[in-house]
Amino acid sequence: MITKEDLEHIGWLSRLELSDEDKEKYSPKLNSILDYFGELNEVDTEGVEPTYHVLPLYNVFREDEVGGTTTSLTQDEALSNAPRKQDGFFKAPRMM
Amino acid sequence: MWASINELRERIHAGSSEEVVCEYLDRIGSSKLNAFVTVAAESAIARAKEIDSGGHDGVLAGIPVAIKDNISTKGIRTTCSSNILTGYVPPYDAHVIERLKAAGAVIIGKTNMDEFAMGTSTETSYYGATKNPWDTDRVPGGSSGGSAAAVAGGEAPLSLGSDTGGSVRCPASFCGVAGLKPTYGVISRYGLISYANSLEQIGPFATSVRDLAAIFDVVSGHDLRDSTSVDRKTNYSSALENDVKGLNIGVPAEYFGEGTDEAVEKSVWNAIHTLEDLGATWTEVKMPHTKYALSAYYIIAMSEASSNLARFDGMRYGIRTEDSNWHTTFSQVRAAGFGEEVKRRILLGTYALSAGYHDKYYLKALKVRTLIKQDFERAFNDVDVLIAPTMPYPAFKLGEKIDDPLSLYLADVDTVPINLAGVPSISIPCGFSDGLPIGMQVIGKHFDEAAILRTAYTFEENTDYHTKRPEGL
Amino acid sequence: MYENPDGVMIGLEVHVQLNKLKTKIFCGCSTDYHNDPPNSHVCPVCLGLPGSMPVINKKAVEAAIKVGLAFNCTVEERTQFYRKNYFYPDLPKAFQITQYDFPISSNGYVIIEGEDGEHKVRINRAHMEEDPGRLVHEGTIDKSKYTLIDYNRSGMALLEIVSEPDMRSPKEARRYLDKLRNIIEYLDVSDADLEGAMRVDANISIMGGQRAEIKNISSFKGAERAMLFEIVRQKNVLRRGGVVVQETRHFDEAREITLSMRSKEEAHDYRYFPEPDLVPLKISGWAPAIKETLPELPDARRMRFVEQYGITDDHAKSLTGELVWANYYEDVLKSYENEYGEKLDPKFAAAWINDTLKGEMNYRGTSLTFKVGSVTHYAVNKEYTVAIIRFLNLKTITKNNAIYLFRKLLDEPKGGDYYRPVRNSPDSAENYLMLTLEKEGLLKVEGDIVETAAEEAITENPQSVADYRAGKEKALNALVGAVMKKTRGRADARTAREILLEKLG
Ligand SMILES: [Zn+2]
Repeated sequence: MITKEDLEHIGWLSRLELSDEDKEKYSPKLNSILDYFGELNEVDTEGVEPTYHVLPLYNVFREDEVGGTTTSLTQDEALSNAPRKQDGFFKAPRMM
Repeated sequence: MWASINELRERIHAGSSEEVVCEYLDRIGSSKLNAFVTVAAESAIARAKEIDSGGHDGVLAGIPVAIKDNISTKGIRTTCSSNILTGYVPPYDAHVIERLKAAGAVIIGKTNMDEFAMGTSTETSYYGATKNPWDTDRVPGGSSGGSAAAVAGGEAPLSLGSDTGGSVRCPASFCGVAGLKPTYGVISRYGLISYANSLEQIGPFATSVRDLAAIFDVVSGHDLRDSTSVDRKTNYSSALENDVKGLNIGVPAEYFGEGTDEAVEKSVWNAIHTLEDLGATWTEVKMPHTKYALSAYYIIAMSEASSNLARFDGMRYGIRTEDSNWHTTFSQVRAAGFGEEVKRRILLGTYALSAGYHDKYYLKALKVRTLIKQDFERAFNDVDVLIAPTMPYPAFKLGEKIDDPLSLYLADVDTVPINLAGVPSISIPCGFSDGLPIGMQVIGKHFDEAAILRTAYTFEENTDYHTKRPEGL
Repeated sequence: MYENPDGVMIGLEVHVQLNKLKTKIFCGCSTDYHNDPPNSHVCPVCLGLPGSMPVINKKAVEAAIKVGLAFNCTVEERTQFYRKNYFYPDLPKAFQITQYDFPISSNGYVIIEGEDGEHKVRINRAHMEEDPGRLVHEGTIDKSKYTLIDYNRSGMALLEIVSEPDMRSPKEARRYLDKLRNIIEYLDVSDADLEGAMRVDANISIMGGQRAEIKNISSFKGAERAMLFEIVRQKNVLRRGGVVVQETRHFDEAREITLSMRSKEEAHDYRYFPEPDLVPLKISGWAPAIKETLPELPDARRMRFVEQYGITDDHAKSLTGELVWANYYEDVLKSYENEYGEKLDPKFAAAWINDTLKGEMNYRGTSLTFKVGSVTHYAVNKEYTVAIIRFLNLKTITKNNAIYLFRKLLDEPKGGDYYRPVRNSPDSAENYLMLTLEKEGLLKVEGDIVETAAEEAITENPQSVADYRAGKEKALNALVGAVMKKTRGRADARTAREILLEKLG
């Protein structure tokens, strides 16, 4: 059960501003979905290993070569999509 | 329209790529389907002219291809149908785009999709829903609805989508075209904007299995930039044989369960019997954990998504709201940029990974994933391919399910287990119900795309469902 | 036995940037960005562009194993990367790819010189991760109206070396940090002189209380200051009857104080989970081969110096405490033998190199090496040091001359290719040194000049002569002083003394 406090906490963790209206709107649907997910409790997973990667792949490396797998962008290209920029930097809001 | 690759090659040979590309552009321009988010008319025509003058001998030389809007295209806006990526123009091409360009293909535009591929109906797009070419009051399926509708509606001969939990196969089924979700790792994901990395694959659409195999040959193969990409190149087109003699088909009863439309069940069984008549045998197989696939899938996908979508903060690309302190700005950018379904999945995914709930949801789902994978391994001990409905029902009405997310999730019941197991699956048309296409999926072992392509090809060669076209467009 | 009266427990997390790799940890961008404009060493991967994917640099894994082995860690059978999810403007993907369960190496130790002799500091783990970008504020972080971001640093390979809370004073912590830097330097995986090459987070508790984690310490000196401040702060809290709370504190370098971060910002929940885009590594088989390639580490070299050269442990410790000095010392020994066909007394060389040259450089705060581009040069080419020691051995120059010459070499640096001496030519080191002394009129004077000066001194100072003859030994010093004065210091004091004694009979 996701309480209002839970919703505020996960909203903060995921940096999604939620209005009171949003919270009212989201809560019931989130909870009905979570209720549904609860069916997994029926499954006996004692001694079962989790599957993080579906293929048994190991040891995939790249060599330490400049431009080997990816090529660097120019500064202009890097900044080409920046909503705000200044002197070659991305411009972010103030910290405090 | 609805020309095959071979027909288009002849037309390009006799005329020009430019003519072909312009015809498709006209068709897109006058379309009511809303299949495209961005039409790359200028660059497509320029590229076509280049091909016309250059004597390019690639297998797709001069042939237009539509690309789902979550695949990065250098110089062409790529938005994932989300407001948050408004104006984003990638400075690089996805691996599949490099491959297509090398084969001479012309990128004609970017197709509509559920926002960040989160949906089953292409209704969550910031750019409005795409319509089903067979009935424009109905959804095309999702999340690659634009790519499927474009091919079904004759607006592109070929397209690429992505399939995280059925997002290629579902719209292929609803739109009556062929769509393939390859084995995890067969097509590089480099440049595919992630929704749930451990589950998804890029996959092609076409009006026939032959064309599907042709574009699959082009875009598959090893890529050093994707650590999960596998190094085992196969020529899939050469696997297309009109022959299923000796093929052992498994039929999982769990996929014909409660909620499956009668017409769907009948069409899929008819298809199985058709293949039987052609020399295949079938047997029922048990996949007892299928029931839990949906919950496991959604928990894993949402968890990964909550992390994948965290980078959209308005600093390096995308929209930006008024600056305040950084915490507030980030929260406001994301609140303004994401739609409701995306927020819902981010919130649930964050919850499923958070302290106190990680083991209960995320870890549990991954253990259930293991059991589902084992269901497939056991089944494939005895059979060569599995055949099941792609979707439990044909295309539903626009707006019918959009306010009830859970009912929309339930539509994915037959497609998500395949992604959890990482196996390949192709959806092809196998019937109609009240003028709406029905799709069946042929599921294979890891890396055995050859078997499912051959099965699908044989079915096509002996039936005519794939030749039917929507009318009144 | 060290009492540890305040029950201080310090654990350190040191981030070592593997800046000697050619490329970043997950992409092909060059690591050589330090003198380049912002955002000019970035690609879709390290900029976190949508759709980009990481691929691990093999050399970064090898470097991590090297470091693990050097700290006596177990290299794990299987290792894996995780995502650490949190938002910050310097973190382009809003998660950091790091390690969590299954770090590449763990359970090691390092021996440091503790408050009461040798002290073992246990290493919990050493793991790989990616560096975030760099934030630039206008003025201070709390006053700046906006924040500028440079992602050149983003994606640099880092090794986080986490110790157990085994240090009992800021002094021990500083010794640990110096030792760590020393080992890293020997392993040749990081250039500690580059900006941001080593950063420290310190966990401190006293009297068994809760610990405070101090972040953002960018120098070892800063780390020591931060810890000293923090211990005083915690003692004051206890004295006032308060309780030290577990929290993250920010070190303000300028004011040398630690500040509490606001609690909401501290409410982290990193939601670690395995990075789906990187596959696990099975690398335990690599360890034996990499162990073979490990260079001689500081402790071993120190012991060898004592055994092989017979120098004091203090000299050995000081010389091996910095890789360049240990190398310089052995280079000089070797060059001397090559040049003059006889062995140089290692003790004599150690005294001159360590006490005079190194002492003088420490006093001046200068470094034995400097860089031109990526090439490192000695600030004093070893030929000069070899020649000075040769002159001393031949008694061609006095000790004072030698000290004068070393200083001169530091005043007008004679290092690098430009000042590389040419043997048996006007540009030889010997020639340069002789010319320098000559120019200053400091060349050691010949015996007969000293004899003349001694005779004059005796005639001009009858009182001192009388005193000496009356048994006042000290009176001789006045005569030696007179000789030195007459020769303007060029005479060797001992020679002058001998000649005076001879003349006084
Ligand atoms: Zn890069």
